[in-house]
Amino acid sequence: MIAEIGLAALWLAAALAALQLVAGALAVRGGAGSEIAALIRPAAVVQGALASVSFVMLLWVFAVTDLSVKLVAANSHSMKPMVFKLAGAWGNHEGSMLLWVTVMALAGGLIALVERRLPERTMHATLAAQGFVGLGFYAFLLLSSNPFERLALPAAEGMGLNPLLQDIGLAFHPPTLYFGYVGLSIAFSFAVGALITRQVTPEFARAMRPWVLGAWVFLTLGITAGSYWAYYELGWGGWWFWDPVENASLMPWLAATALLHSAGVLAARDALRAWTIMLGVVAFSMSMMGTFLVRSGILTSVHAFAVDPERGTFILALLALYIGGALLLFALRAGTISEGERFSVTSREGALVFNNVMLSAILAIVLMGTLYPLLTEAFDTRVSVGPPYFNPVGAIFVVPMLIVMAVGPLLRWRRDSFERIGREAALVAAIILAALVLVSIIGDVAILPLLSLALAAALAVGSLLPLKGRNLRLLPIATWGMVIAHFGIAVALFGMASERAFSKERLAAVMPGEAAQVGPWTVTLEAVEPVAGPNWTAIEGRMSARYRDGDPTTIAPQARSFWTPPQETTESALITRWNGQLYAVMGDQAAGGRWQVRLWWKPFVTFIWYGGMLVALGGVLALIGRVLSDLKRRSVTRRIAERKAETP
Amino acid sequence: MNWRLWIPLALFAGFLALSAYQLNQPKDEFVESRMVGRQLPYFDLAPAMPNQPGLASAQFTDGTPRLLNVFASWCLPCIAEAPQLERLQREGAEIVGVAIRDRPADVARFLAQNGNPYSAIGSDDLSALQLELGSSGVPETFVIDGKGMIRYQHIGDIRAGDVPMLLGKLREARQ
Repeated sequence: MIAEIGLAALWLAAALAALQLVAGALAVRGGAGSEIAALIRPAAVVQGALASVSFVMLLWVFAVTDLSVKLVAANSHSMKPMVFKLAGAWGNHEGSMLLWVTVMALAGGLIALVERRLPERTMHATLAAQGFVGLGFYAFLLLSSNPFERLALPAAEGMGLNPLLQDIGLAFHPPTLYFGYVGLSIAFSFAVGALITRQVTPEFARAMRPWVLGAWVFLTLGITAGSYWAYYELGWGGWWFWDPVENASLMPWLAATALLHSAGVLAARDALRAWTIMLGVVAFSMSMMGTFLVRSGILTSVHAFAVDPERGTFILALLALYIGGALLLFALRAGTISEGERFSVTSREGALVFNNVMLSAILAIVLMGTLYPLLTEAFDTRVSVGPPYFNPVGAIFVVPMLIVMAVGPLLRWRRDSFERIGREAALVAAIILAALVLVSIIGDVAILPLLSLALAAALAVGSLLPLKGRNLRLLPIATWGMVIAHFGIAVALFGMASERAFSKERLAAVMPGEAAQVGPWTVTLEAVEPVAGPNWTAIEGRMSARYRDGDPTTIAPQARSFWTPPQETTESALITRWNGQLYAVMGDQAAGGRWQVRLWWKPFVTFIWYGGMLVALGGVLALIGRVLSDLKRRSVTRRIAERKAETP
Repeated sequence: MNWRLWIPLALFAGFLALSAYQLNQPKDEFVESRMVGRQLPYFDLAPAMPNQPGLASAQFTDGTPRLLNVFASWCLPCIAEAPQLERLQREGAEIVGVAIRDRPADVARFLAQNGNPYSAIGSDDLSALQLELGSSGVPETFVIDGKGMIRYQHIGDIRAGDVPMLLGKLREARQ
């Protein structure tokens, strides 16, 4: 019964998306559409509610482990802890697609409720676009991936969930990313709506910006959390692998970052109109393309948990329809959108355009690296593109971008000169040089980490310069957001560079009782014991780790074997200090009663994720600042309108 | 009309064409081991069941070609291929097994239910030998010649149609 309610709600939501599309299209064409136009906003709101009902029903069947539902039988198990039962609802293809449309419908409902700034006609076009995109994904769910499908005979027991996914961090990692991906669908719909009505105005940018900011915050958090998960769960000691799935989350982030800044220019200065529209289309297109690349199994990835060429064809058709349609509309219409305000090269806009171009170039590089294996495979050559391509080629554009980022916020809008910020620019240059010299003296560091360390130092200082000479209490919240986000980039960059430059690795075969050295740490293997958990057994190495002459700390890395389904995972053990992490992994038994133990000392590696969180915090502050000032502006305009009405 | 505005659409069309082409290509998921054509790595496995023979690399150099079957009691395709292994044994093939991540009681139960075509079974608790052989899953079957060289790798379960082929490979290995 519960599953049927969910399915019915999903069909109804799809019908409302269709209504939204038809009513929106009629209203935009004008004429007799005015009455039907009143239906659009309510349709969007109810669609959001119905999709939520459907998703809650899916959570329900997972919570009670209803084994007559195929999806539950295939992905859950009655013995699993409750939180992983619920996470199982979205830890599979059908459930995650349902989460996708639910978030999309909710976002559409929310703009229908709150967005009143835009001209009504643009709003109708936007909601029609949102309904149109939603409709495709409803069709995908209902026709080829029904999450509520029943089994003719209920299963006796569920098949379990991939044990790699039975981790609390991971339970909330995909939804976070999804909020980001799908939040960008709003930017996409706004862009398409504005293209249809040709009303690309600063108001349009202000309406779009909170959504881009929100999605961007979720993407930042999702990428940060995902990177930390890969770091401690996979047990390889790395935190970024340039895996297609990681790239699939990075590309929308890059596009959204560019969009955020160009929307800022459009909102403040009425410039970069066509460019902002383009980025709005590209950002969500990257989300959809990423999903396609991962789900179709067209690229080999460790993340591919639902590989099915037929579904791949369906998603590809959706991509062709939406991305192709939006790009076609762009090609036809963008020429008729006037250019907007002009500005000189040395200005805030100039710096933002420069960084936008750099971000787009980085995006292109990541995209090419991700798709390149697809291209060569067409000619029967299997290649894998990894760090040797991404790191140096990306650096060509990252380095100038970071330099401009350090001084750009100091420039004034419209027209400025380098002479005015000469002292600050000299300071930034001096820090870069000093850091380069200092680090080269300290140790033998490769060129990329060396440059990164210097740039991190310069950016850390540069990002704080906009605070100089300002009354900190009167500083707008959004400016605080920018400063903190830029500072966070510097912190993360420092962590990445430090990890690359100063990490120590040790692979040792030790007898219980013996010790191994790694960097400043002495790690003694005390004992090796078998341990058992609710659905796994493990070999646990009890180790005592001592930092220089400090007190020993006990850690216990495990090599786990799950049996539903059978799979091996490593549970690395970490000791976090302010200046880095000790990372220990238990390996196999070696000859003569020895055990393989892999140890890393990674100085300041945690700064990568602290930085990511700071960037997200900056985004949250910017969002709060924008929303508050929008509310203020709204009440001011209302008061002016009221006063006008009072005085005859 | 500004032709530059069409560039994004053109690029996207290229991506679509490439993806559509690749989606319709048969996907070769099997990765052949690089060990084919090389000597077996050194190993000495404990017996998978008490009081039964174990498996060591030294046993493979006695001049008799063998099939080395990588299996596990928890593996469903292994149940499906069990009748074909028995047929191979009846046709004169000598088969040894490597049980991956298994328990003695489970192996015994598996053999009692599905038949025992193996002359010896080694236990590979941590997939160490499996990784050294370059085997990416269970079941897999390797043809080993009389000098301990890996001559052929069959990935996945053995179907009825594969039996003559494997017997042929064994005959080739004898020469």
